[in-house]
Amino acid sequence: MALTHNEVLAGIREIVEEVAGVSPDQIEMDKSFTDDLDVDSLSMVEVVVAAEERFGVKIPDDEVTNMATVGDAVNFIVRAAS
Amino acid sequence: MANIKDREFARHSRIMSVGVYRPKRVVPNSEIIAAIDSSDEWIKERSGIHSRRIAGDDESVISMSVAAAKSALERAGITAEQLGAVICATVTYPFQTPSAATDIALQLGAPKVPAFDISAACAGFCYGVGLASDMVRGASAEYVLLIGVEKLSDFTDPTDRGTAFIFADGAGAVIIGPSAEPGIGPTIWGSDATAREAIMMEPSWVDLRDPESLGWPDIKMQGQTVFRWAVYQMAPVALEALAAAGIAPEDLDAFIPHQANERIIDAMAKAMNLPERVAIARDIRTSGNTSAASIPLAMDALYQEGRIRSGDVALLIGFGAGLVYAAQVVQLP
Repeated sequence: MALTHNEVLAGIREIVEEVAGVSPDQIEMDKSFTDDLDVDSLSMVEVVVAAEERFGVKIPDDEVTNMATVGDAVNFIVRAAS
Repeated sequence: MANIKDREFARHSRIMSVGVYRPKRVVPNSEIIAAIDSSDEWIKERSGIHSRRIAGDDESVISMSVAAAKSALERAGITAEQLGAVICATVTYPFQTPSAATDIALQLGAPKVPAFDISAACAGFCYGVGLASDMVRGASAEYVLLIGVEKLSDFTDPTDRGTAFIFADGAGAVIIGPSAEPGIGPTIWGSDATAREAIMMEPSWVDLRDPESLGWPDIKMQGQTVFRWAVYQMAPVALEALAAAGIAPEDLDAFIPHQANERIIDAMAKAMNLPERVAIARDIRTSGNTSAASIPLAMDALYQEGRIRSGDVALLIGFGAGLVYAAQVVQLP
């Protein structure tokens, strides 16, 4: 079943809050994981693994490095799930 | 047809003692940060490491091993002459051949004993526990001296932001001997060789001959790949070792994983859903990642902190370059 950008963003907000303790209202599409949300490279792995489970997609390690912003992650997951 | 006579081997094995050697020099994060343009806070957040021990010129793979081994022998109440084998797990002995184990055996005064090294990186200690246990149970040796030792500082690039603050030095040794009751559970072990490039020494020794070579071999690591593998692939392996030994998580006293990174230890413990009462080794904070030496060093630290005692049941898991892994449940000496 195809996922919408809003559905994925809502899921990412929950995951990032759970993994890194970031308040969901700070988590917008244009925010950088490392610079704005203080999600470091290891927390990013935890976010990615949780997102894989939640959305039933596969996110390879080399894609993780390309996911600079929340929007990058949301767009990748929407594409991968379609 | 003549029948081959085999040794009798209806017996179990156990760890009889542990001994360690920690290098004299304590290196706090403040001494590491300039070369990697980092901060004390950054290192603590990403690894849990506050300080590590770095061996000096007078502290070699061999001297650290011999010191740890002497302590383990003394605590086990046996002499070097009684050893049936010496196994050394290391990836930083700077000679291709002969093995570190033969020099250790010589220095201990047991120059006739079977002696060899194993190369299983951060899984080396648990690979060795499995091997030594099988050797004792199979009666190929009465007492086995197993050493995990590293001088990683010789193979770490001090300017590499991925490894410079992590790797450190030290040695730990155990004596594994026969037991009337099972003291070491089944070893769950294996490899994920398709990811063997995730942790690599580069360049090779042969490449060093080329004047245009990359220079001295250092250990490089893809941190995110290793973190993902360690946390999400190794937690099930650890649980499998528990199940194979017939130990319920509620009956476990201690979890002593390879001290790779405190973030890995935390995430593994969370993924395994370990009960609160289990003592979790966190020697990484003051010892760094000492690869094959980290589990016996962490075991020793738990005794020093009074968090474990003889007879407790501990889950060990080593995992690292290869990628290779091994886990087993043991009764603590």
